[in-house]
Amino acid sequence: MDVDGESTSAVATEARLIPVLSGRSKAMYQFTQQSLPACKPVLTPAWVITTFFLVGALFIPIGLVSLHASHSVVEIVDRYDSECVPDLFKSNKVEYIKDMSIHKNCSRHLKVHKHMKAPIFIYYQLDNYYQNHRRYVKSRSDRQLLHGLQHNDTSSCTPEESSNGLPIVPCGLIAWSLFNDTYSFSRGTHKLRVNRKNIAWKSDRNHKFGKQVYPFNFQNGTLIGGGKLDPNIPLSDQEDLIVWMRTAALPSFRKLYGRIEDDLNVDDVVVVNLLNNYNTYSFGGTKELVLSTSSWLGGRNNFLGMAYTSVGFSSILVAFIFLLLHVRNPSLNIRAVC
Amino acid sequence: SANEMLPCDMVLLSTSDPTGVAYILTINLDGESNLKTRYAKQETLARTPEKDKISGLIKCEKPNRNIYGFHANMEIDGKRVSLGPSNIVLRGCVLKNTAWAVGVAVYAGRETKAMLNSSGAPSKRSRLETLMNREIIILSFFLVSLCSVVSVCAGIWLRRHRDELDYMPFYRRKDFSEEKVDNYNYNGWGMEIFFTFLMSVIVFQIMIPIALYISMELVRIGQAYFMIRDSQMYDEASNSRFQCRALNINEDLGQIKYVFSDKTGTLTENKMEFECASIWGVDYSGAKASFQGNQVGYSIQVDEQVWRPKMKVRVDPDLVRLSKSGKKTDEGKRVHDFFLALAACNTIVPIVTATSDSAVKLIDYQGESPDEQALVYAAAAYGFMLVERTSGHIVIDVQGERQRYNVLGLHEFDSDRKRMSVILGCPDKSVKVFVKGADTSMFTVIDKSLNLEIVHATEAHLHSYSSMGLRTLVVGMRGLSASEFEQWQSSYETASTALIGRAALLRKVANSVENNLSILGASGIEDKLQQGVPESIESLRMAGIKVWVLTGDKQETAISIGYSSKLLTSKMTQIVINNNSKQSCRKSLEDGLIMSKKLVTVPVATNSTQGTSGDFTSPVALVIDGTSLVYILDTELEEQLFHLASRCNVVLCCRVAPLQKAGIVALVKNRTDDMTLAIGDGANDVSMIQMADVGIGISGQEGRQAVMASDFAMGQFRFLVPLLFVHGHWNYQRIAYMILYNFYRNAVFVFVLFWYVLFTSFTLTTAITEWSSVLYSVIYTSLPTIVVGILDKDLSRMTLLKYPQLYEAGQRQESYNPKLFWLTMMDTLWQSIAVFFASLFVYWESTIDMSSIGDLWTLAVVILVNLHLAMDVVRWTWPSHASIWGSIIATCICVIVIDAVPTLPGYWSIIELAKTELFWFSLLGIVVAALIPRFVVKIFAQYCRPCDIQIAREVEKFGNFRDLRGAEIEMNPIFDHPRR
Repeated sequence: MDVDGESTSAVATEARLIPVLSGRSKAMYQFTQQSLPACKPVLTPAWVITTFFLVGALFIPIGLVSLHASHSVVEIVDRYDSECVPDLFKSNKVEYIKDMSIHKNCSRHLKVHKHMKAPIFIYYQLDNYYQNHRRYVKSRSDRQLLHGLQHNDTSSCTPEESSNGLPIVPCGLIAWSLFNDTYSFSRGTHKLRVNRKNIAWKSDRNHKFGKQVYPFNFQNGTLIGGGKLDPNIPLSDQEDLIVWMRTAALPSFRKLYGRIEDDLNVDDVVVVNLLNNYNTYSFGGTKELVLSTSSWLGGRNNFLGMAYTSVGFSSILVAFIFLLLHVRNPSLNIRAVC
Repeated sequence: SANEMLPCDMVLLSTSDPTGVAYILTINLDGESNLKTRYAKQETLARTPEKDKISGLIKCEKPNRNIYGFHANMEIDGKRVSLGPSNIVLRGCVLKNTAWAVGVAVYAGRETKAMLNSSGAPSKRSRLETLMNREIIILSFFLVSLCSVVSVCAGIWLRRHRDELDYMPFYRRKDFSEEKVDNYNYNGWGMEIFFTFLMSVIVFQIMIPIALYISMELVRIGQAYFMIRDSQMYDEASNSRFQCRALNINEDLGQIKYVFSDKTGTLTENKMEFECASIWGVDYSGAKASFQGNQVGYSIQVDEQVWRPKMKVRVDPDLVRLSKSGKKTDEGKRVHDFFLALAACNTIVPIVTATSDSAVKLIDYQGESPDEQALVYAAAAYGFMLVERTSGHIVIDVQGERQRYNVLGLHEFDSDRKRMSVILGCPDKSVKVFVKGADTSMFTVIDKSLNLEIVHATEAHLHSYSSMGLRTLVVGMRGLSASEFEQWQSSYETASTALIGRAALLRKVANSVENNLSILGASGIEDKLQQGVPESIESLRMAGIKVWVLTGDKQETAISIGYSSKLLTSKMTQIVINNNSKQSCRKSLEDGLIMSKKLVTVPVATNSTQGTSGDFTSPVALVIDGTSLVYILDTELEEQLFHLASRCNVVLCCRVAPLQKAGIVALVKNRTDDMTLAIGDGANDVSMIQMADVGIGISGQEGRQAVMASDFAMGQFRFLVPLLFVHGHWNYQRIAYMILYNFYRNAVFVFVLFWYVLFTSFTLTTAITEWSSVLYSVIYTSLPTIVVGILDKDLSRMTLLKYPQLYEAGQRQESYNPKLFWLTMMDTLWQSIAVFFASLFVYWESTIDMSSIGDLWTLAVVILVNLHLAMDVVRWTWPSHASIWGSIIATCICVIVIDAVPTLPGYWSIIELAKTELFWFSLLGIVVAALIPRFVVKIFAQYCRPCDIQIAREVEKFGNFRDLRGAEIEMNPIFDHPRR
């Protein structure tokens, strides 16, 4: 796809028509006569075949590398929402979860199949939970999160705008429904080191959630939606809230809970003591605990690798078909000349 | 009074001329620029209204459109006088050479013939835009169905979860903040569905590309700018640029199938020029060779003033020398007689006009026939200057010597005799008859016994003149003996005073005197075609455009122009329809149809209409005149005429009234889908220009009416070729691509929004920020399509002019049709699926938040849409580079700026996202995967079924002679399908 010679010849003929032209007026003339110097790529078979081969040559390695990265990630997923309900309440989970008097303790035993290198990311995963529901995502006040009670207009936070006549900080459905299951991990007899700091974006902590804004009148209403916040800690340090407030894009999502800073070996059994507080039963949602290592590409997901390899292979295929067509029938039209 | 335009149609009563003659200029009515005569009736011409009252009653027909017909009678002083077309002066005519004229207004205001002949200016809309509106209706069906799907699904979802809604954390129907527990923002099931529908309309409304209308206007302005600035459409003679008067039909110029052209002033310059003469068997055609600019021209001295003819004529130096030599030699005598005949045998009125230099006066020859004008100018140039004409005598200045000739009798031109004669009493008391006329009629009355070889030589010259496209006239004379003269005079007087059958009697008298003539010679007059007209018509024909010539001229003139402009060729079979009644019209139409079928079916079988050669094996030309059209248009015969005309390669309509021109355009326009273009320069072309899909005005001599009514105006007919082939083609390709691209651009965005809505429990959440949604069609993607729409060229000007066949791509609607629309929509669907579902699967069960994935989609869609455009750009100039890559960069900047606002939920997400490798790999994968199918389809289409444009583009790039040949063979031959 080279620069054509036509433009130069056209320029030459036009230069003959208008003999004396200064640089500026020549440029203007070229512009008005629509004869600006131009590159006009023509898709010749050579170009096309090369392009497809190049796409293939680029995409297949990327695909294989990403597949490898994905496979190197070790992931333990444990769904506990139904298992952690006592048999007594199996038929009426909603009543169980709403009953504040029942202890929600639950312990799970996770077996490690493969060596997991620290840091091991702890996620909780919710399914069928529409954190992207329009009613839900609108019900927040970013100004209040930054400025606290100084910001009065929290009309966007309905129905969790105020309680008992007093404003709520942080207001809105999102904050109200803060996830409040807690996990602690032990291997054998000693606890695993879990780091719960730095799970939220630094930018959010520094600029989006106010350092002087403390929770106020939060979860004081008739209906408790989820976790409570320590009113003595500013919002910028309430990392669980910050993570939760980054509403998930898709109805099946994970959120970072913390990191285990010990390696896990094969056949280790991790005992998880959790408090099953959060109500996903009322709408048929599920809760999972995920322990996962991480690769350079993030978590375990084969799709990207598969997609890259298939695109790569199909472009190689197209290149071959085209090559075949070209070789078998070079005189199809004048392209054969080039 | 003189030089004033008449405000109404009126019957002449009397004029300043004692014989009741008024000279009028009808240029605004029929485009003819010569003077015409109108007469007041004998009964009224003597009365001047200032002195005595006239009382009478005029009964006339109802107002109608026929400008060549008028029937009325006038009762005056108890007598009944019939009035005809020669007694009426129509609105729009200009009185010339007549100091005053008095008349009775018969039609006024809207009832005048001129007004009835002008149709109201219709608003024009381009073909492409009409088609586009159809597609937009389809798009709105898409929109409605998307919205319905969303609202139905939302309804089902609400129904299924109706028991859970109260406490569902992300729905929370109940509001506990007040004392009374109430439903919060919930209006019942049905209303929720309804509101969902309305909201989805708001979210998906970009599906209807409103911005397209604005960008189309901008693109058209840009295209108009380039058309106006095109130096190849700049007329140096009149110093006029191309004018774009209508801004919304630029692209129609690329789809023209029929061109309706006026003749006078459009094809021709409306200037007759004496080119050559054959006198006494000797050809004097050296005038062509003689140098033009250096001549002074012949002039005479009258009362210390210099009188010279208004127009200069190129002269043959030999002939000048001969004419100056006087009657001494035999040759000189013949030349003298020849020019005397030219100067005398006509109905031209010389008018002396003053110039800025008081010593110089110009003689302007005015008359009905431009041929006569040219002849008189020629005679003047050779020293035989007609100075004065009254009804009784003429004064001719022969080589500086004033001679007075008595006009004893004048037999006017009529179409039966095809000649005219004048009987002159010469200063030497001899009586001579001078005759001039068409060669066919003249050779029958020439005395061949005298100078047979001279007759043959003249015939040979005539043949060569007419093959050069010149209009020929033969001149003859003879002296009358006293007895002959007396005999003629008595019969002439009887005939001219006869009440019944005067015309026939006069013709008989004329025939009796016009015989046994000795041949003087022949003249060749060039009806000067505009520069490049034959070539342009040739190119237009090669591009599959049918050229119809509609003219107010006589049939003979029209045909001769047809020949000289290469519209008609000697190989063509002419079908002439020239009738006076409906029955005979029907008959000749049927005959013509049979004949054309016979002639046309043969070549269709062999189909030898090869690409560039452009010769049609058995072409048929239809010549039809205005009188026949009166009986054909607006009746059931129209259908037959259309069938016949569509079989003919050339159609010539002569003697047509302005509205008939429009009628013919409408005939074609209403019966085919093909685009029509009308080109004309006079006020008589206005209705045709307005009727056609595209109207072009020639800004020539004939006033401004045509230009005012036109959509485009230009200086010369030949500019039609670059206008259609270059600009029309480009405009069509550009706008067509732009419309499809805009549909795609908006739809792909809407589909990405739509897919996401399916994963938000149908609640119209948009991951893409509202700001980005708004800016999408304003900043992110708008500029490249406009720049490409203005600047991209699929082929160079040279190629387009070289291969007129490339124009047919527009006629075949190759760049915009339903098939392309649906293909584009399929592509759109795939691309949106690639964008959405690839990222969905990559980020399923991940920690991705809404703003981050929204940013990914924004960037992916914008890059995709701009690369898609970049893939289709043919010619990369710096503005296209700047706009396409600039838009992508501008989008990145905008996204970063939007994400830098801490009070928006998406604060800093693009930065956090850009830190992950996954984002970059998804972006690359999405864009490539989305574009690959399109690329593959495009390449296979180009490789296996290349279109003409594609081939020409490759020829342009790699072409050598061999390739050109190859390309031509693949070009589709011209088919003349009569499409309905």
